[in-house]
Amino acid sequence: MNHNHVHHASELPNELLLALPFVLAILIYLLLGLVSNQCHKQWPIYRYIFWVSGVLSAAVALIGPIADTAHINFTAHMVGHLFLGMLAPLLLVHAAPMTLLMRTLSVGHARKLSRVLKSFPVRIYCHPVVASILNIGGLWVLYTTELYSAMQHHVLLHMVVHFHVFLAGYLYTISIIYIDLTAHRYSFSLRAIVLILSLAAHGILSKYIYAYPPGGVPIEQAHMGGMIMYYGGDIIEICLIFLFCQQWYKAARPRTSVSISH
Amino acid sequence: MSTNHASRSAYLGRNLLSGCLLGLGFVAFIDEAVFHQLLHWHHFYDKSTPDIGLVSDGIFHAFSWFSTVAGAFLVSDLRRRNAWWPKRWFGGFLIGGGGFNLFDGTVQHKLMRIHQIRYNVEIAPYDWVWNILAAIMLIAGLIIVFRTGRESKVMEGTA
Repeated sequence: MNHNHVHHASELPNELLLALPFVLAILIYLLLGLVSNQCHKQWPIYRYIFWVSGVLSAAVALIGPIADTAHINFTAHMVGHLFLGMLAPLLLVHAAPMTLLMRTLSVGHARKLSRVLKSFPVRIYCHPVVASILNIGGLWVLYTTELYSAMQHHVLLHMVVHFHVFLAGYLYTISIIYIDLTAHRYSFSLRAIVLILSLAAHGILSKYIYAYPPGGVPIEQAHMGGMIMYYGGDIIEICLIFLFCQQWYKAARPRTSVSISH
Repeated sequence: MSTNHASRSAYLGRNLLSGCLLGLGFVAFIDEAVFHQLLHWHHFYDKSTPDIGLVSDGIFHAFSWFSTVAGAFLVSDLRRRNAWWPKRWFGGFLIGGGGFNLFDGTVQHKLMRIHQIRYNVEIAPYDWVWNILAAIMLIAGLIIVFRTGRESKVMEGTA
């Protein structure tokens, strides 16, 4: 992963190889949509748009100019992490990939998949408390220990951390707002408490990074990165809160008035 | 009108709660937009902020975002139930805004030393203005809430 001009010739195939999973993710989703349209009503266009933009926003953090700069610049790293850990999951959840997969599979296979989704380990990972600890707790470990400087030097660790950030962000999002299929649902009040506490932990960590830069990060970059995490996080968080409250608003709809209005 | 009174009385608590939440969110928004971003009186972080201050600051920031949105949805909910009572709601608004400002001005600024209102000036007049305004808002809000509570009982008695 040495971004030197000497290695320029080998860089292009490398980038292409890194882009492959994202291209595949888009193609598979399109294919599932087209196949399932044969025997169901049309899969909505906006869901394709959410999927493609979600995949692209994850890709921004891993390939291209921001990803390259992120190796040497903490500010760029933080921009990438916002895309990968917060924006991409929010967009992808709105594409409802599990719902799409379920309606594409045959009844037998769909039953097996739903058994997996209802299984104990999956339910534990999708519990709001567990998912938010994995998500925000993971970030605390990354930025308050030696892990951050270690990941800049080991390619494999680098990939594992990014994968965790994305996956934990996705789990967290599906555990708080229910758009896609969800095996077990928890009350609004539990999720509201978890949401507020995890947003608070995110804000605290942003200011903590500002005050105590992670290992090897220059103070100006830590200041910039901390503020991007804080205010950038705010933008995505307000979307999460809005969606969450909107779901409450729909669920709490008064039903008695329906019988009066003929 | 009688249904209006009945539904208002049934949702006294929700009127109060939505007012409090939006009041808190409004004050937090003014704090962030005016004192942090426009005037640069407050600091994102100053070197004297202890860890407990960071925790308190973080929780209040998250809660104020949440309460603004949740408060707005609660008002919509009251309106579709024909139960919104602006007077009582405004009482809640003053309690939420004044209560938060008083807490911010005493506990967060003075006890936890998160940050001060201004730097490089004589701070006492700022602190007094800040906290007295907050106390006035809080007391006015409490008076309105008690009065609307009594009004609601009277309405129910005559209905």
